[in-house]
Amino acid sequence: MPFLKRGLQKNNMTITEIFASEFLLRVVGRALTVGILVSLCASMLGVCLVMKRYSMIGDGLSHVGFFALALSAVAGVGAAYSMEFSIPVVVLAAVLILHMSRRTDGKINGDAACAVVSTGSVAVGTLMYNFTGGRSADICNSLFGSASVVTISDKDMWISVLLSAAVILWFVCCAKRIFAVTFDETFASAAGIGTGVFSVLIAILTGVTIVVGMKMMGAIMISALVIFPPLAAMQVAKSFRGTVLLSAAMSVVCFVVGFFFACRFSLQTGAAVVTCDLVCFVIAVVYAAVRRRIGLIAAGRK
Amino acid sequence: MELIKADKLVLSYDGKAVIDGLSFTVNEGDYIAVVGENGSGKSTLMKAITGELKPVSGMLERCAELKKYGVGYLPQQSAIQKDFPASVYEAVLSGNIRRSSFGFGWNRESKDRADEYIHLLGICKLKSRSFQELSGGQRQRVLLARAMCASDKLLLLDEPITGLDEGAAEDMYRAIRLVNDNGTAVIMVSHDRKRAEDEADRVIQLK
Repeated sequence: MPFLKRGLQKNNMTITEIFASEFLLRVVGRALTVGILVSLCASMLGVCLVMKRYSMIGDGLSHVGFFALALSAVAGVGAAYSMEFSIPVVVLAAVLILHMSRRTDGKINGDAACAVVSTGSVAVGTLMYNFTGGRSADICNSLFGSASVVTISDKDMWISVLLSAAVILWFVCCAKRIFAVTFDETFASAAGIGTGVFSVLIAILTGVTIVVGMKMMGAIMISALVIFPPLAAMQVAKSFRGTVLLSAAMSVVCFVVGFFFACRFSLQTGAAVVTCDLVCFVIAVVYAAVRRRIGLIAAGRK
Repeated sequence: MELIKADKLVLSYDGKAVIDGLSFTVNEGDYIAVVGENGSGKSTLMKAITGELKPVSGMLERCAELKKYGVGYLPQQSAIQKDFPASVYEAVLSGNIRRSSFGFGWNRESKDRADEYIHLLGICKLKSRSFQELSGGQRQRVLLARAMCASDKLLLLDEPITGLDEGAAEDMYRAIRLVNDNGTAVIMVSHDRKRAEDEADRVIQLK
């Protein structure tokens, strides 16, 4: 196993090589499945988060994820069970952040609440690693994502399948409510739609998405999956439905491209994927600016 | 038919009584303006009418249909996000939220309602446009159509004119009049006391 692990890290893999080896195919397939499903969930949830001005919650929660990993190391939970340990911690933090900004009546707003929780948990998490004599490699792995896709297990895959089923089911069943609450919370609550339940649900789903994706993407970069695709889609699409679909498509394509790029040239998976997202985002922004410009010129001619 | 009946209503916000002993009734087809200074409890009264806020004492009774489907609410302009990618049709349809079942698409009845009010308010041409491209006045008319989808019994308009230029404001007053002539009762919160007296049938002055 160490040999194969090193092999995956150091050697460049071509797609033909991956398909030629049964073991490689299984490992890569597993990582690819988790990545695609996590990208899908993150991009759909992200549409709501970005529009509700909760972009930072993804970032905040990913740092809590780092804290949770450190906590599991202190508690002596083996790496195999770190995910079961992290999910409740992160979900709890998500509810806490929302609660903080709601209960203090805006005195601690959403952004500030995220910043407090996120920087605080990184500080405490790092100290915990120090106390347990954790190597800086552990810290590095949890911050930037593991260098090798071998660490993605069957369990990771099943959790991500369950999670994405939940997210997609929610979006399909409650599409109208999700739109109403995201578009105009005041109107929705005047119409008697419970907006509190909605926020808690989205925070929980986001928390789980982040924990599942963190292993591959790293705590620092996972929140990019929540923010880049929706923001890029918003520049281009003209309807809510269009935004959600475009965001999901872009996220999945960027992941696949980034993933194979990372495999081929032995790059850090998370960094490659996020760079792909960044390129798409820049293209979308430029496209929107050009379209506005053309619109202005056309209006001027009239 | 009485839509809302308030008797010696007391409402408080942040533990302070802002409305003390207010009595009024809203009948079907009424056009009522609510005027008053900032902090006189206009938005608190609104919250009570939508049912979000319970009275401290006194009575506020809403008719069965309002309880079931809620009122058609038009929030202040600032509450709407300006960079939200939504089509006009999506925005209007979302007014049907209380009438819709779970599931992906809108049912026939919701679509018919949306089409009817889009037609009534003369915004057919905007239907497939993006909400964020519209002017302030066009936006308000779209949101008025959405509010109509929520309830064609009673509309609650929170300063619908504020922030509109003169032409758009006149258009908006006309649209509200149109909706009211169509049989929908209107409660409009307004800063412009003089104009509100001209437009509405009755004025509730808050102190």
